Amino acid sequence: MNAGAAGKGLLGTAGLLGTAPPIMEVRDLSVVRGGKQRACVARFDLQDGEVLAIMGPNGAGKSSLLLALALLIPSAWASYRFLGKEVSVRNVLGFRRSMAVVFQDPLLLDTTVSENVLMGLLMRGMPKEEAQGKVQHWLRRLGVAHLALQKARTLSGGEAQRVSLARALALQPAVLLLDEPFSSLDVVSRMGLMKEIKPLLRQTSTSAVFVTHDFTEAAVVADRVMVMESGRVVQEGTPRHVLAAPATPLVATLVEFARVMAGMLGQ
Amino acid sequence: MSLVAEGIKKAFSMLVQGDPELWRVTLLTLRVSGTATLVSLAIGVPLGVLLGLSRFPGRNVVVSAVNTGMGLPPVVVGVAVSLLLWRSGPAGAFGMMYSPGAMVVAQCIIALPQVVGLTMAGIMQLDPRLALQIMALGASRIQLYALLVREARLSILAAIMAGFGAVVSEVGASMMVGGNIIGQTRVLTTAIVLEVNKGNFDVAIALSVVLMLLAYSVTAVLTVLQQKGRHV
Repeated sequence: MNAGAAGKGLLGTAGLLGTAPPIMEVRDLSVVRGGKQRACVARFDLQDGEVLAIMGPNGAGKSSLLLALALLIPSAWASYRFLGKEVSVRNVLGFRRSMAVVFQDPLLLDTTVSENVLMGLLMRGMPKEEAQGKVQHWLRRLGVAHLALQKARTLSGGEAQRVSLARALALQPAVLLLDEPFSSLDVVSRMGLMKEIKPLLRQTSTSAVFVTHDFTEAAVVADRVMVMESGRVVQEGTPRHVLAAPATPLVATLVEFARVMAGMLGQ
Repeated sequence: MSLVAEGIKKAFSMLVQGDPELWRVTLLTLRVSGTATLVSLAIGVPLGVLLGLSRFPGRNVVVSAVNTGMGLPPVVVGVAVSLLLWRSGPAGAFGMMYSPGAMVVAQCIIALPQVVGLTMAGIMQLDPRLALQIMALGASRIQLYALLVREARLSILAAIMAGFGAVVSEVGASMMVGGNIIGQTRVLTTAIVLEVNKGNFDVAIALSVVLMLLAYSVTAVLTVLQQKGRHV
């Protein structure tokens, strides 16, 4: 695990993208669920092509923030600009169709693998033949083309999560939102997918927001890390910066594990 | 014992010979109960989906009412529909009393809670995050509901079976609002009651056999649909 390399990569990207307006720009976002404030974020920016990790312990409000950004749960904001337009409650569907979400569990529908990937494309009114071509392409890309005709419920966890990723990427979203996509996988599937996801996002120039409680994952996949604690952002920066100077004791604890691991590997 | 044997013999001879009255009664039964089931599905499945997904104050009261309705006595429905359709009643102007239409209305009311209740249960059994995932795929409201119904299809097929089973076997409401008029509103159940009252046990047994076969065939078709592709 080399957190430093990931950090260097980010500096280059940020330098290139520094002048362009963010693809996603949110001010004063607040999520209240079950009578409790889950997330309260003053400023959230995502640059075009950037991979941002939202990190934090369980209950920090990471998933609430992600679901609110995905326009899937009720939330309030002072301003939410996406793709240069102000998001309005009236046109939520249009904005939602420019994003894709991958959840911790694959949540595949009870039908074949290819139907699962096809569905979102058909919802957008894409002609079936064109859509089927895309399905084939993305299943191949994620290495699960041989499973196309299988029932989704018969797949292993790793296979299912690959299909779930193919389903999201096939939509060619402007922003891909990932809610702990690797945490229910075994180590082998997890490492495999983690290594593949970053080049995939780069090649397709997809911006991504990636929720995780694991600093190692954040360091491997993300250009920038945003750490949350009790619903608020406590630190933002490159993985290298967060690793070097954790802002709170909790952030320190979160990165400690990665540091210990790196130290052990160093020996 | 000989009575039963006689009855079964009579049943088969009626079936084999294609007794025209038996056919007419059977077809009307299928038509009335089939229509009632279809109408109750058209109303009940969307209601069940909405009730399964929604959270509002007093929802438990509504759900309890639906669950109570699943055991609604057909005779009570018969009384209510009679009062409604009676010539001087609120819907008396339609002149529907003692018609197959009146029976469809009554049977619909009997099947509706079954369809709503079982659809709702089926939707509630789904992973709540599945609805989020479907919305995240870019589904409109209608597309979301359609996909959730598809995911809950086993429960909804059970709802169809329960609904049809309830209405094809009920006698109280059909008797009251249909009147058991020969050639017009006589269905298998009301005919069975009549034949028993007349002491024609053999005909009653014959009709019972037909009713059971009808219920079994419809349920068998639905069961095949339900179990298709369910392998572990």
